[in-house]
Formats: sequence, C-alpha cells, structure tokens
Amino acid sequence: MHGFNDWALTLAVFIPLVGAVVMLVIPRALEDWHKGIALVTTVADLVVGGVILARFKLHHTGLQFAAGAHPKDWIAVIHARYEVGIDGISLPLLLLSMVITLLVVLYSWNHFPEPHNPKAFLLLILVLEVGMNGTFVAQDLILFFVFFEVVLLPMYFMIGVWGGEQRQYAAIKFFLFTLFGSALMILGFLALYFKGGQSFSIPYLIAHAESAMPHNVALLIFGGLFMGFAIKVPMFPFHTWLPDAHTQAPTQGSVILAAILLKLGTYGFVRIAIPILPRAAHTWAPWIGGLAVVGIIYGALGCLAQTDMKRLIAFSSVAHMGFVMLGIATLTPFGINAAVFGMVAHGLITGMLFFIAGSVKDRFHTLDMKRLGGLLLQAPRMGWILGFCAMASLGLPGLAGFWGEFPAILAAYHPAAGLSEPLFRTYMVIASVGTVFAAGYLLWMLQRVAFGTPKEEWEGHHIDDMHWPEYVAWYPLLAAIVALGILPGLLFRMTDPAIHTALAALGK
Amino acid sequence: MFHQPYVDYHAFAPEIVLTGVLVLLLLVDLVFEDRARYATSTLAGLGLLGALIPVLTLAWNGHDRSMFGGAYVVDNFALVLKALFLVAGYITVLISTDYIGEGDYYEGEYYFLLLSAILGMTVMASARDLISIFIALETLSIPAYLLAGWRKRDVKGNEASLKYYLLGVFASGVMLYGMSLIFGVTGSTVLVHIHDSLAKGSTSVPIVSIGILFVIIGFAFKVSAVPFHTWAPDTYEGAPTPITAFLSVASKAAGFVALMTLVFISFDGRSDVWQPLFWVLSAITMTVGNVIALRQTNVIRMLAYSSVAQAGYMLAPFAIATHASRPQAIEAIVTYLVIYAAMNLGAFAVVMAVARKTRSAEKSTFGGLFEYAPGLAVLLAVFLFALAGIPPLGGWYAKLVIIRVLLDHPTGWGVSLAVVLGVNSVVGLFYYASMAREAFMRPVPDEDRAPIRVPATLGSAIALCALGTFAVGIVPQIVARFAHLAPFGT
Repeated sequence: MHGFNDWALTLAVFIPLVGAVVMLVIPRALEDWHKGIALVTTVADLVVGGVILARFKLHHTGLQFAAGAHPKDWIAVIHARYEVGIDGISLPLLLLSMVITLLVVLYSWNHFPEPHNPKAFLLLILVLEVGMNGTFVAQDLILFFVFFEVVLLPMYFMIGVWGGEQRQYAAIKFFLFTLFGSALMILGFLALYFKGGQSFSIPYLIAHAESAMPHNVALLIFGGLFMGFAIKVPMFPFHTWLPDAHTQAPTQGSVILAAILLKLGTYGFVRIAIPILPRAAHTWAPWIGGLAVVGIIYGALGCLAQTDMKRLIAFSSVAHMGFVMLGIATLTPFGINAAVFGMVAHGLITGMLFFIAGSVKDRFHTLDMKRLGGLLLQAPRMGWILGFCAMASLGLPGLAGFWGEFPAILAAYHPAAGLSEPLFRTYMVIASVGTVFAAGYLLWMLQRVAFGTPKEEWEGHHIDDMHWPEYVAWYPLLAAIVALGILPGLLFRMTDPAIHTALAALGK
Repeated sequence: MFHQPYVDYHAFAPEIVLTGVLVLLLLVDLVFEDRARYATSTLAGLGLLGALIPVLTLAWNGHDRSMFGGAYVVDNFALVLKALFLVAGYITVLISTDYIGEGDYYEGEYYFLLLSAILGMTVMASARDLISIFIALETLSIPAYLLAGWRKRDVKGNEASLKYYLLGVFASGVMLYGMSLIFGVTGSTVLVHIHDSLAKGSTSVPIVSIGILFVIIGFAFKVSAVPFHTWAPDTYEGAPTPITAFLSVASKAAGFVALMTLVFISFDGRSDVWQPLFWVLSAITMTVGNVIALRQTNVIRMLAYSSVAQAGYMLAPFAIATHASRPQAIEAIVTYLVIYAAMNLGAFAVVMAVARKTRSAEKSTFGGLFEYAPGLAVLLAVFLFALAGIPPLGGWYAKLVIIRVLLDHPTGWGVSLAVVLGVNSVVGLFYYASMAREAFMRPVPDEDRAPIRVPATLGSAIALCALGTFAVGIVPQIVARFAHLAPFGT
C-alpha cells in the first residue's frame, strides 16, 4: 500500500471534483441522481480521510503523505510545485471539512432552499470541498492560494442565489472583502518568494525565508499575509462581512462558512504566517492579541444587540474566533494547541447552531427572536439540542468548546518569551470577561427561543420535530462534541507534535 | 547597383498563405456573387488555419530568421504572437459567421478586410524597423476603421467608425512625427541600429525624449490607454460585436507587440524617459478603466472599459522593466495577451449568443439567464470571473505573472504599482460580479424563458475559449512555455 500514501491526499482533494464533473453532465431533472452522486462522493472522500487517519503516525513531527520525496513541478516557470502533505495541524481540519461536507449533503436531502435546483446546489458544495480540502493539504504557496480562492466562487453563488432577502448585497460584500485580503496576501507570497530564496515551498520557506531577509521586510510581508488571513477569520475590524454573509446564506452555506471557511484564515496563520516569519510574528503578536480580545468583547456585545437568531450566532463566531486568535497570538505551543482545538470545536458547535437555526427557520419562517419562543414545548428534541449546543458554545467543561476557550485564556498568562506579560495578562482578563458575556448571550438566546410558551401566532400550530435528515446530520456532530469534550487528548495528541515543530523556529 | 535581397520563403509562408487567401476571397466573391456567400466565411477560417501551419513548422524548426538587414525577423516571440493573431482571427471568423450571414452584410468584403487586418498583425509581429512597423500598423488599422462602421445604416456604427478613424489617424500622425525625430537623430530606421546609436549617447537628449514620447503616445491610442482611450467605448459599442471582440483582443495585442519591440529594443537605454511615463499610463489606465466600468449599464460598454483596465495591467511591466528584467517583462505581457485573448473573446461570444435572443446588450436583459440558459450563464460567469482573476480560471495566472515582474527586485515604484494593481482587481471584481449577479440572481425581465439556440460556429468558438480559459487556469504551464521566448535574439 505504499502507493496509497503517495496518492491519498490527491484523492482526498479531487474525489469531490470527479463527482462534480459527473453531475455536470447529468440533466437537472434527475434530482435523485444528483443527491446520490453527491452522497457517494462525499462518503468516498470521507473513507479516504478515514484511511489517512488510520495510517497517520501520531508521533511523527514532519509532513506525512507527501507525494514522493520530490514534488512534481506544476508551473515550472515560476517554480510552483504540486506539493502536498499533512501534519497534526492539517489533519483534524481536513477531516472536519470532509465530515461537515458529508453532513451538509445529508441535511440537504429535503432541505433545498429556494430556488431549489439540487444539481447546482450540490455541485457547488462539492467544488467548495475541493477548495477546502486543497487548502488544508497544500504545501506550496501558489497551490495554497489557488485552493484558498477556489472556495470564493461557489460560496458567492450559494449566498447570492439561494440566500435570504439581502442575499445579493451579502454575497458581493463577502466576495469583495475576501478578495481584497487575498490581493494583499498574494503580494506577500510573491515577496516571500523573491526575498526568501526563490521558492514557494512552505517547508523550504520555513527553514530559510526569515534569515534571508531584513526584519523590516519581514514585517511588511507579514502585514500582507495578516490582511489576507485576518479578513477570512474574520478579526475585528475586518469582520463586517461576516454577519451579513451568515445571515443571508442558506443554512448549508452558513454551516460550511462557519465550520470551515473561517478556519482557512486561522489555519493560514498557523501554517504559513507564523512558521515562516516567526520573528515578524513576534513583533506583530501584541497587536494581533489586542485585536483578538477586542473581537471577543465586540462580538459579545454585538450578540446582545441582535434580534435575529442567525445573526446572533454569526456575531458569536466573531467572539469565538477572537479566542482562537488570542491563542495564536501567544505564540506558545500551549496557546496554538488551544487555537487548533478551538477551530475544530467552533466548527462542530457553531456548525450545529447554524443547522438548528436553519431548521427553526424552516418551521417558523422567521428567526426573529421576538416571535420565537417555547421551542421546547413544540419541538422538544430540537429544543434540547439547541440547549446542548448553547452550553457547548459557551464553553461548559466536558464539552468540546471548553478546550478551545479555556486553554487559550490560560496561555495568555504565559506568552512566548519576549512578549509583554502584563499586556497579555490584561488580554487574559478581558478574554475571561468575554466568557461571561458568552454565557450571557447564549443563555439569553436559548431562553428566548426555547423556553417560555409559544407566541400567539404559533399557538395551535403543529410544528414538526426533527426529521430523519436532521437526525443523521446532527447526531455525529453532537457525538463529536461530547467525545472531544471528555477526551480532548484525542485531538491534542495529534496537534501537539506538529505545533512544536511549527514553533521551533521561534526558539532560535 | 541593386542586389536582390535575400528572401526566406519559409519565414514568409504565413503571410504568403494569408495573402493568397485574401486574393481568393475577393475572386470568389466577385465571380460567384451571392451563390458563394456562405463559402467565404469557411474559406476565411480555413485560410487562417492554413496560415497557422507554417507558423508551427517554423516553431518546430526553431531557427531565428532575419531578413532585409534586420528589418524583418522571425523568432519565437514573433511566432507566438503570429499564432495568437491567427487563432484570435479564427475565433473572430467563428463568431462572425452567423452574425454577418444573418445581418445581410457584405460577407466577401467583410472577411477580406478582416484577413487584411490579421495580415497586418502578423507582419507587426516580425517588424523590427520603423517603416515596417508603420506599414504593419496601417495595414491592420485601415481595414479595422472600415469594419467598425460595417453596420452602415446605424448611426452608432457611423460614429464608431468615424471616431476610430479620426483618432487613429491622429495617433498615427503623432507617432510618425516621433519616428521622424528618432530617425533624424539616429540616422537609421532599423530598431537595433537605433538602439546602438542611442547608446552612444551623442544624440540630443530632448529630441530623443520627445521622439520616444510621441511614439509611445501613438501606440497608447492603439492599446486604448487612458487618457487616449476615449474612442474605445463608443467604437466598441457601435461596431458589429465580432469586430468589437476582434479590436479589443487582436488589435490591442498588435499595439502591445509594437510597444514591446520599440521600447525593449530601440529605447532600451533610455528607460529614464519611458519608465515614469509607463508607470503613470498603467496606473491611471487600470484605475480609470475600472472605475468607469463600474457605472456602465450596457454590457458591451462595460467590457470595453474592462478592456481598457486590462490594458493597464499589461502596461505595468513596462514601468519597471530594466535591461536585466526585460525577458521577464516580455514573458509576462505575452502570457497576459494570450490568456486575455481567450477570456475576452469568450465573454464577447457569450454576450453575442445571448443577444441573439434578447436583441440587446443592456445589462438588465441578462436577468435570470441562469433559469432559461444555464449553460450560457455558467460560461458567462466563467469568462467574467476569469477576467476578474479568480482561480482556478485563467486570469489569475496572467495577473500573477504581472505582479511577479513588479515584485522581482522590488523597488518603490514596482511595489506601489503592484498594490495599485491589487486594489484594482478588487474594484474590477465588483462589475464582473454584478454582471454575474444579473444572470444568476435577478428575475427574467420579460418572463420570456424560451431557450437560446446557439449556432454551431458560435458554440464552438465559446467552447474553444472556455477550454483555453480552464486549461490555462489549472495547468498554467501550457502558456508558461512561451516564457522562454529569448526575445529578439538578444
């Protein structure tokens, strides 16, 4: 099976593309075919992911599943190569992407938003998966850039065609913000190439780039990368696209956006910006940490001002990604472990919350919390699951959210050597206050949506509880939230060696 | 005593084939009149493909050939561009066939003029002498003036032709004056000799500077660089759509070819004169083109301003090219021209296909295209987002190579222009996406959901362009091959 290791990641990335191409030639009317193909494709992809997980060597610190020792040239003239590989940081996110896509396809089974068209909708989801998986396995900056951008078009169309009232505005806003970031990011990549040793290979640049360039150049390049990734995360003050995009996107779009697309930004920091330019990251860290805690508080206050359930969850994403970025800003293995855990946990939990919001919207045709209430009476299962997810999201110990938030705060107590301890301890205190806010807005949401009695307009209406696509799409996520909450070591064991390697340059 | 100059017939074969087809077209039209109307487009298309054969054999042979004391050179640079002109011309014939056939226009003459313009372009690719450059320019321009006014009962068509003609002639005049100054101080019309003469430094600086300035301004008209772009939107709107596509791709490329040969061969030593000029031209061309494109409600006009902006991107490498980075700059511009040709011709072809039903190029008539013609809508989006530079569609690579040149050995000028370019691609996205929004997210304006029948020729043109756009985006190596142009035998 030596051959499999060489091809595994390529399969993982391009299986969805094969499915998409097959769907392209099948007429639109055969909806069951399209659903079937999308399901088979995503399942096949997850199977590949499972085999990768099984063959992944936990204590190995370098890249694994790299396709051969000498990656193939992709665009020889600019020295861009088809270089892929994963380590303990990429693997959890790759698996998350595969799982979430599969669950989204399952959830879609009878939840196609208007204007329906399952063919186009599922096709876009598969193309999205290609981009997401590709970003997590790319080890070449140009390859990374292309995959990073591949997700833009499908998401633009998903929001713009299947979204809510303000969908066109939200879609273009999402697109323009992200593209602005990527324009600066690609300038940064090219500058890295020219200043860092004429290579786009991430492992090569990690080893050689920063020592080859003056510090002020490194700072500028980091600035370009920062803009690209920070907009995607999104960090305060670049977050304004997020509430609109989330609120307007169809449920499936929101789930993918929250669970995976946001992670592309934080992943970029952990994979590219920090390992390649550790000293520049060190200089930037206080600012990143500062923006992160502003995001935590701002996101929380934003949540408290919302009347729309989905918009509230969207703002909670800003706050949660603030915790992730705070963990990253500490530049310690502890903090970045927490950040990667936080990415996965946020993906599972917020993905779930958006699923629930979508199902609530299906039944009540509104997400205005003034008109909702008493979900526990009308659809008790869904109500309890909402409660469970709210608890997970606010960081209740024993559930996954806790292990993303708490260690990130703790890490700020002892930031990396040379970073100002008083400053980061201040951040720590502010972030802790943020957790209280988080409990506040999530419980407030739960109270308004699930508790109490149904509002007059819904009295006597029969509200369906969960349908089978909801069961199959949600239970795996709930199980993962509990499993990671009880056994966080499952994930930390995977991420820790890789993170130590990634931060090795910082110690130099 | 007159010595017969050495003529390499193999090197001339593409032009000879084209000339032969030209004559044949005229004769067929003359002899068979209406009975052979349909044959003319086939003949023109086959002729262009036929001319491509010697280009391929020359490329396979691989020797640089030089004639007439260095005035006419066939090297890799010339061959790639000849191939580009011939293929772009072929696609223009494909998209013209039904448009011209159904429009009751003069078919024989139309293809005759189109091929004449292409002949001028293939000559331009090889011209390395002021006089042959000028002749090539006029050979490609004069048929284009006529073609722009082909819809002769249409007021806009007349306006298109007249505006294009007057400004074009004016530009030729300015350029010719500049050439005469340069000839005056250097005593030669051959580009290489001009370079040597300028390098000696004994020439009068102000006169040379004015000469260079005038020559560049003359071609700035041709490539529709701001502020010399004012003819473009009106001409593009009034001309028959296939001609608009042709002008925005092939004619523009010809202008760039001349700029590259002149600037990088003759004026190589005087980068102090033209670098700042190109920096300003490039920056304002992309910015003004994009900003005005934002406000267009007519798709053709939008694409016209978009092509102005795209010219700005292509001008950027001139602004920082030094003697050392000259090969990379040429590679980048040629790569961009090739990719741009596929994307832009494709976009025009789709617009033409849709206009067959809607009889309009107003943006609002594209509403709900995805509902009744999903294939065309998707292809439209493909070409538009390729122009915007979104991976994995071709345009991203074109932009990348340009930015790459700007950041190689970064200077303040290069980096600032790269940032301007980056910001401009975001602005550009807005109008490209607004067009896609029209097609995908807006309702059908008149509730007429009858599907669109796309004729085979137009369809195959769209398919060719789409194939090119995807292939370049996913495997850019196929155009990156052109990178080793070893330009101009230097």
